[in-house]
Amino acid sequence: MMSTDLEPDARDLLATAADHTDRDLTRLHARLERAAEDAGVLDVAYRTLDTPVGALLLAATERGLVRVAFAAEDHDAVLASIAARISPRILRAPGRLDDAARQLDEYFEGRRHAFDLPLDLSLATGFRRTVLAQLREIGYGHTASYSAVAVAAGSPRAVRAVGSACATNPLPVVVPCHRVVRSDGTIGQYLGGTDAKRALLRLESAA
Amino acid sequence: MHEPFELVVARHGGTVLRVCRAVLGPVDADDAWSATFLSALVAYPQLAPGANVEAWLVTIAHRKAIDHARATSRRAVPVDVLPEPSASPGADERDLDLDLWTALAALPTKQRQVVAYHHLGGLPYAEVADLLGGTAVAARRAGADGIAALRRTYGVTASTSTARREP
Repeated sequence: MMSTDLEPDARDLLATAADHTDRDLTRLHARLERAAEDAGVLDVAYRTLDTPVGALLLAATERGLVRVAFAAEDHDAVLASIAARISPRILRAPGRLDDAARQLDEYFEGRRHAFDLPLDLSLATGFRRTVLAQLREIGYGHTASYSAVAVAAGSPRAVRAVGSACATNPLPVVVPCHRVVRSDGTIGQYLGGTDAKRALLRLESAA
Repeated sequence: MHEPFELVVARHGGTVLRVCRAVLGPVDADDAWSATFLSALVAYPQLAPGANVEAWLVTIAHRKAIDHARATSRRAVPVDVLPEPSASPGADERDLDLDLWTALAALPTKQRQVVAYHHLGGLPYAEVADLLGGTAVAARRAGADGIAALRRTYGVTASTSTARREP
């Protein structure tokens, strides 16, 4: 956008300055991604990935994948929250997410049953992080009840806390909170919506 | 609390590119743009909340343009003087707006800088004066002279470029 407080005739005169910059900006953005990565100042890189359960936001710090978010979570809001909680040095920089995107593609094609990715769990703290560690023990195609996870996490009475740990899982799909279901056999809630949870369980049971 | 830097690039990348092109010419502008945003990314978490982000970026761009001019100049140049940018477009064909950059390149340095930072970058005259030295009144006068000169040189080609666009 040109600045708005210009004398009208000057704005007219300089209008062509705005022409043909989109392609150049795309190229310059890619150059900035590389320079920021090389300089070690790209605190968070992100991209989106189209999947059968909608567009997923993938974000990674230098330590590893830090956030996976469903469209239902509002990607812009998720990025704003990452800026506040981790760092505002955030760029759309797909390069750092190449591995994660490839492995998720393979997962959704049914060709991958486990993720081999460095994870950054800094968005989960305390008991919730303990729960996430337990979720990673639930194998592909299997499910566990909230109370079973509470037992496994060493706090048999913390069933509700397990539920909230799943509801705030910063790494859904990769850390498989979708494999936690209610003791009565019903599917239970999911941060990506129950349809997404059903789709993931169906995908895994088909294997 | 700062929004993701990606939004800063999306909102202000175009303006900063135009400013860099106006000051350095279309070829060298790429380096200045890249240096500006890398520098801004590093400093961004420390930027005062509520600061005018675009003015901040234009100020950084001015410093990077000076750095770039210094680095590419064979002899030492005074800090506040930029070499005339090359008017030639380089190997790849630049677009129709090249005429504007050529016309800008022909302006005296001070006029070109004021047009870049105020008219293209949106920086108020008082802040342009802080960057370049002199008073806001003098900056306004240089800007008006620059725009008048552009109208004489580039204004003519601009009115014919539509015809050339569709042969």
